[in-house]
Amino acid sequence: MSANRQDGPLLRVAGLGRDYGRIVGCREVSFELWPGEVLGIVGESGSGKTTLLKCASAQLEPTAGTVKFDMRARGLTDIWGLSEAERRMLMRTDWGIVHQNPRDGLRLGVSAGANVGERLMAVGARHYGEIRREASHWLGRVEIDTGRMDDLPETFSGGMLQRLQIARNLVTRPRLVFMDEPTSGLDVSVQARLLDLLRGLVADLGVACIVVTHDLGVVRLLAHRLMVMHRGRVVEHGLTDQVLDDPQHAYTQLLVSSILPV
Amino acid sequence: MTTADDGRLAGYNFAYLDEQTKRMIRRAVLKAVAIPGHQVPFGSREMPLPYGWGTGGIQVTASILGPRDVLKVIDQGADDTTNAVSIRRFFALTAGVATTEKTTEATIVQTRHRVPETRLTERQILVYQVPIPEPLRWLEPSEVETRKMHALAEYGVMHVRLYEDIAQHGRIAQTYDYPVEVAGRYLMRPSPVPKFDNPKLDNCPALQLFGAGREKRIYAVPPYTRVKSLDFDDHPFSVEGWDRACGLCGSTESYLDEMIVDDEGRRLFVCSDTDYCGQRQAAGHRGPANAPKEAAE
Amino acid sequence: MYVAVKGGERAIDNAHRLLAEERRGDPAVPELTLEQIDQQLAHAVDRVMTEGSLYDRRLAALAVKQARGDLVEAIFLLRAYRTTLPRFGAALPIDTARMAPRRRISATFKDLPGGQILGPTFDYTHRLLDFDLAEGREPAPAAEVAAEPRPLPRVVDLLDREGLIEPEVAASDEPAGDLTRRPLTLPETRDVRLQGLARGDEGFLLALGYSTQRGYGRNHPFAGEIRLGEVAVEFMPEELGFAIEIAEITVTECQMVNQFKGSAEAPPQFTRGYGLAFGHCERKAMAMALVDRALRAKELGEEATTPAQDEEFVLYHADNVEAQGFVQHLKLPHYVDFQSELVMVRGLRKAFAAANNAGDTPAEAAE
Repeated sequence: MSANRQDGPLLRVAGLGRDYGRIVGCREVSFELWPGEVLGIVGESGSGKTTLLKCASAQLEPTAGTVKFDMRARGLTDIWGLSEAERRMLMRTDWGIVHQNPRDGLRLGVSAGANVGERLMAVGARHYGEIRREASHWLGRVEIDTGRMDDLPETFSGGMLQRLQIARNLVTRPRLVFMDEPTSGLDVSVQARLLDLLRGLVADLGVACIVVTHDLGVVRLLAHRLMVMHRGRVVEHGLTDQVLDDPQHAYTQLLVSSILPV
Repeated sequence: MTTADDGRLAGYNFAYLDEQTKRMIRRAVLKAVAIPGHQVPFGSREMPLPYGWGTGGIQVTASILGPRDVLKVIDQGADDTTNAVSIRRFFALTAGVATTEKTTEATIVQTRHRVPETRLTERQILVYQVPIPEPLRWLEPSEVETRKMHALAEYGVMHVRLYEDIAQHGRIAQTYDYPVEVAGRYLMRPSPVPKFDNPKLDNCPALQLFGAGREKRIYAVPPYTRVKSLDFDDHPFSVEGWDRACGLCGSTESYLDEMIVDDEGRRLFVCSDTDYCGQRQAAGHRGPANAPKEAAE
Repeated sequence: MYVAVKGGERAIDNAHRLLAEERRGDPAVPELTLEQIDQQLAHAVDRVMTEGSLYDRRLAALAVKQARGDLVEAIFLLRAYRTTLPRFGAALPIDTARMAPRRRISATFKDLPGGQILGPTFDYTHRLLDFDLAEGREPAPAAEVAAEPRPLPRVVDLLDREGLIEPEVAASDEPAGDLTRRPLTLPETRDVRLQGLARGDEGFLLALGYSTQRGYGRNHPFAGEIRLGEVAVEFMPEELGFAIEIAEITVTECQMVNQFKGSAEAPPQFTRGYGLAFGHCERKAMAMALVDRALRAKELGEEATTPAQDEEFVLYHADNVEAQGFVQHLKLPHYVDFQSELVMVRGLRKAFAAANNAGDTPAEAAE
């Protein structure tokens, strides 16, 4: 491992922008993310937060700006300067992507165990017993009964599917996980349990996260820092508690005041 | 249909295809040999036999066939099955080449679903008929996506399928068309040969060519190439076995066909490779159902 | 004592002979001539030429006769024959605007220059079996033609002049692709997609076209024009430097006028779907036009989520020669692979029985 790895940010986004013809997805977004840090991105729908997440996580190519990630062997690297093979490998190992709809992030036709073990097999794991042990361990970490390991995801509840998706991502111990509305679509008690789990995992594993959500309660619980987006731009940026308790920008004030207290 | 003096059909080029088409196919074959296991697209032609019935193998054979070649055609290991007969006849009619049932005499062997038991030599070419060339097809129906997976060597998903077999059945359940890794790089389907035959592809002295006419792909394994069947370290690849010998020739090492011989359901197991079995019998070997004094031949 | 099965060659020979006998049927019944098939079963010949990708009425009639009326089999015969034909080059594109249509209708205008010419159509017949036809009576003489057919402007060209419909422009200067020379590669360009559809099975395209009308990718089609008539095929040999007419063929053309679309840069225009077939094949040409338009979904900025809009699904499964080959190949012996499966299943059952008798859950079994 190179010596400078601990010195700098894990992710550096500079001047990031994405247009769709004349429609602005997001504009001039710049920020840094440090190891183990959780960054929340909030805004109403249409604010550009999902576009920003997709661009930062290489799911969408930006039309302006750069995204640099601190790669294990070579330090801060422009991810769009990588070959497609390298980028896809990155997305399967050192990164995690948790989709809003867990069905988009899982293989529904294979068992839970196979879903969790896939990333290991993709990077060359060839011992069935060990793969199974690892998969079992991670199912336990996300509080899924390991007896369900050989069941197909179609038999799982929404909350279980989301936790399965998380396990599938964590098995390669990524240093950065992108989450898009991780709790939407789940009922309130299930949400609370999931958030608790996420908070614990993130702290234990020291993994950095970028969480996009419209739900201020989620960021209050999970995020160290917060970015507020409105019409494609970042209008406020700071420590979560500070931004939520003392919003400076008019839009943030509106957002905060219209939400029932958690 | 009128025939010329050498028995060939009048009005058709040698081996049916025009020379330009043969050149196009040979170019594809050369590319395939240069990149072992990689599927090369080619402009497959409509042939007088239906797609799905061996047109890929036929086009490859037609493109490499010369007047001095000796051709053997087998299906399910036998020379006498209807489709093997039909294809052999096609080449007799359109090329006038010598044909044989003896593996040792053939220079080109075209096969469906089996590899000959008799070890092939450097002077031979084995042409396989392939229905579905793409090993990732069952997991990923999109051609665009599978091409990308091959280009980026993203094969983890194939092991997911094998993992799933073990989780559900306690063992890898793939019994034929068993996926292999060629020369340490490309994932390939060996065509629906039983996994029993997979070891024969590894380090084979003969050139192995694979033709898929309907799917329009050609691929190849050059002589003496490493062909490794996929498995797990703790669930290594293994082949099927029978706890009995061939009823006719007594071989305990060949792939056996199971035949139901009477209304009570009595079974007889016989070598699938008819030439191999016949050679052994000619050399004096006898199986339990073929004791000398009962020989009806 | 078991004797190995032999005689596959003899079985095949006998099967061929039996087939020939059954094809002929009762020798007391007059044999069909190719002229009868060409004239009196003309639509069969038209379909075989279209999907066989070869314009030759006599050969298509022969194929129909040899296939005993099985049109998919006849198409196969014609395609296989086509493989052996030498290629001189490509003809110039046919110009359907120069056609003097024998039938020409449009659903988009009540009347138009040249009028609505019904021509020979089943459209307004009552589908009642005609037992007079069974007796073979002489047909009544056709009504006198008001005037000789003459070239008529195309409806879509009229819309085009007003800028109401998207212009039909070639995507590039490249010569048109040819699926019979090289394999499909996705994504495909429109010229090759249209070729795939023209060669494609009418039933399959009909179902897909129908599905778009029922909501699986609706694109609001109107039949802008359907025309039937003869066009000249011209070829320009290099040595001459000018085009010569080498044939006259009958074609059916369908131009659909579809859902309009505009953008920030351009005002709204109608979009197009196109279908073309040899001979008189309206249903095919119309279905083809519906599917053509559906396959343009992505290009026109529409969400492509239905089967008819899925280029890979449509083009890979439209060819009935490929489809029938693979479906019917299941008749070939598969006993070696089946034997492998038998061995596996027997092994698994043994393991299951052993585990259940022992009272354990099935462990990972050795081979």
